[in-house]
Amino acid sequence: MSNVFLSLKDIRKSFGGVHALNGVDLEIRRGEIHCLAGENGSGKSTLIKIISGIYKPDKGQILIEGDPVQSLTPKSSIDAGIQVIYQDFAIFPNLSVAENISINHSVLTGAKRMNWTEARSLAAEAMSRIGADLDPEVLVENLSVANKQMVAICRAIINDAKLLILDEPTASLTAKEVDALNEIIKNLRNKNMAIMIVNHKIDEIFNIAEQITVLRNGEKISSGPASGYTRRSFIRDLTGREITETTYEPEKSDEEIFRVEKLTRHGEFSDISFEIRKGDVLGITGLLGSGRGAVGDALFGVAPATEGKIFLNGEEIEIRSIDDAIKYKIGYVPEDRLTQGLFLNRSIQENTTAASLKKYFIRGKVDEKIMLNDTIEWIRTIGCNAKDAEAPIRTLSGGNAQKMVIAKWLNTSPRILILNGPTVGVDIGAKADIHRFLHGLAKDGVGIIIISDDLAELIQNCNRIIVMHDGKAVRTVDTKDVDETSLSKMLSD
Amino acid sequence: MNAKIKQKLLSNEAIVVYIILLLALIIGAVNPTFISPATGINLLRTMLVTLIFALSEMIVIVSGGIDVSFPAVSCLTMIATIKFLLATGIDSVPITYGIGILIGATFGALNAFLITIIKIPPLIATLGVSSLTSGATLAFLGTKIYTDLPEKIDTMHRISIFSYTNPAGNEYSMTALILIPAILCVLIHLMLRHTMIGRGMYAIGGDIQAAHVVGFNVAKTRFFTYILSGILAGTGAITYMILMRVADPKVLMGEEMMVIAAVVIGGTRITGGHGTVIGTILGVALLALVKNNLIILGVPTHFQTFVVGMIIVFGTSITSIRAKRIAEQAKI
Repeated sequence: MSNVFLSLKDIRKSFGGVHALNGVDLEIRRGEIHCLAGENGSGKSTLIKIISGIYKPDKGQILIEGDPVQSLTPKSSIDAGIQVIYQDFAIFPNLSVAENISINHSVLTGAKRMNWTEARSLAAEAMSRIGADLDPEVLVENLSVANKQMVAICRAIINDAKLLILDEPTASLTAKEVDALNEIIKNLRNKNMAIMIVNHKIDEIFNIAEQITVLRNGEKISSGPASGYTRRSFIRDLTGREITETTYEPEKSDEEIFRVEKLTRHGEFSDISFEIRKGDVLGITGLLGSGRGAVGDALFGVAPATEGKIFLNGEEIEIRSIDDAIKYKIGYVPEDRLTQGLFLNRSIQENTTAASLKKYFIRGKVDEKIMLNDTIEWIRTIGCNAKDAEAPIRTLSGGNAQKMVIAKWLNTSPRILILNGPTVGVDIGAKADIHRFLHGLAKDGVGIIIISDDLAELIQNCNRIIVMHDGKAVRTVDTKDVDETSLSKMLSD
Repeated sequence: MNAKIKQKLLSNEAIVVYIILLLALIIGAVNPTFISPATGINLLRTMLVTLIFALSEMIVIVSGGIDVSFPAVSCLTMIATIKFLLATGIDSVPITYGIGILIGATFGALNAFLITIIKIPPLIATLGVSSLTSGATLAFLGTKIYTDLPEKIDTMHRISIFSYTNPAGNEYSMTALILIPAILCVLIHLMLRHTMIGRGMYAIGGDIQAAHVVGFNVAKTRFFTYILSGILAGTGAITYMILMRVADPKVLMGEEMMVIAAVVIGGTRITGGHGTVIGTILGVALLALVKNNLIILGVPTHFQTFVVGMIIVFGTSITSIRAKRIAEQAKI
């Protein structure tokens, strides 16, 4: 057990009477990749902040390399070799790659002068260690998310890091970038570094983790080698309930709801054709920039198609604007719910009824009472965990807020519902609720289109998947004929 | 390497240089006597004080803040200093600068305290300090305009480093006071580029949260920035007094718009994190050129504010459009 780098014993922390962590043990070894998994609110971030010295635990013991540590401050944590890469990377968009990588070092050594030569050589050394190849002079604001992450990793490892903690490192990476990141992580692991990854995407965890610890409601539910977990046991530990992962198989039907022929928007996508029959859930996937999102935008009139035909229940319709789309009862759950899907500071009620206000305009005034009743009804139906319909919607967690975005469109009684990345940032429990709900809708004859790069989600929920590449539909597959690996291959080919 | 040269030729600084050259060509075409050393001397004289203020403003904006209080602080500095000199009979240029720097630093520290400790947004904090200071000057120090400067201070502006006599026999001399902004430009440039405190200003202007995480002492850096900015404002005030041979409690009020405009035209992003001394010099030069030569171009006096305003809107747009394009362009 000599290679245990960090061990936490019976860590407790509460905020104003709420137990964020309730007696958590954790052991992290050198040369091992440890995944800390947990849903939103499970205490993951509190635990990281304790390890990085930002929070002081109320109770418990911290040992670094076997020695008990009395009090950990941000500085002493870094001195001990602990480096955290946060989700937003904490890098400087206005500074060059070289300066971003070296700045930590310069600050910690207490240098008074800025040594540009040293900065460049430190950056070059760090980049060669992880196999990154970026122009050291370029400003970080010009970099992609994946490359910004490289910069953050480079910065972390130049300070003799012994434990590298990555907080949801794959949140905004494409599948290819995730693979590249995993290579880097394994490489660092081989150099005897301890790695802790915080994540809640099952497939990624199973891909890389050697050791897994699951937290739920501030408690450690289980911990052990990754080989000791099955997907099923992992999900049970994570959510505290049995969620079965099944694929979706609708009853066969000949009733066509929606058809699109040779839909084209110049410069974005071309010749997209598909049909949706009753019960169908259609998936559209592709890498970032493949045009998958643009198809959704076109069908909802955000950026209308320039050519092609759209049929709703066999009748040709034209969608030139969002108004048209709403007129034909098409609903759209956009990719970024925070900026496009919600009025964050307005109440749940106002958000839920925002797309169907006309309904409540009775005899010259808005009937708030029916609005409230409908909202409460939706909160119940869709399984949103909200105490009060009048609370601002920003008080809801990601999963609950997303449920209300969907409820907003359901309140318009849509015939077609298009969802772009419906469960991004939503935890597994809420995700399963949303999926179940969508299947119910499909059964009732609502045409559902899910646009996503979460392949596992598509395979579980759609019966047909269109794979897009460079604005074209390169493949259309029946879900039962593919698995995640083969689908992922189609994406990048 | 080609891409790098292209980037340099399209940089903010380069664009300001093009605009200055274009303007000079137009003015020169209308009035051939424009192309003369006298123009340069006049231009430098116009830039002299504004440049000091612009440096003071630039470092604050780079660090993610803004300061609209320097005109009021400068007016107070002038009046307080001259009253002290007249009351004590002291007649020394270094002591005068010393007092100016001390007063400027004090108000800089006040700004920093309100912004860093009380956490008032910089615009509101400095707006408050501006009003407070301006009011204090008029209420406690009086509304008198002083032209009776002590002997040595009054004659200081006459020291010249070179002069030029044009064919018509008019003498133009370059006051030695120009050395003050020149030296300050070099010092501020070295500080911003080659010291950790300077890099800290860019860091907190780029992302204050990240600066915390990396281990910068954000509060200390901001105090340093505002106090240094105050020192520069105090220096600017004394320089103005010596150059113009007057101490006026209101004369600089309203100057902040012009100075902020010059700084932003020079490529400093109003949102913080970007800005250079070279750019600031160019921005000040452009505005000074416009101010000095609109009459030659036949722009009526009462149209001048309008034209200057247009240039400010246009110049600041370039910076903003560039920032937007960088945000939207494809990432590497």
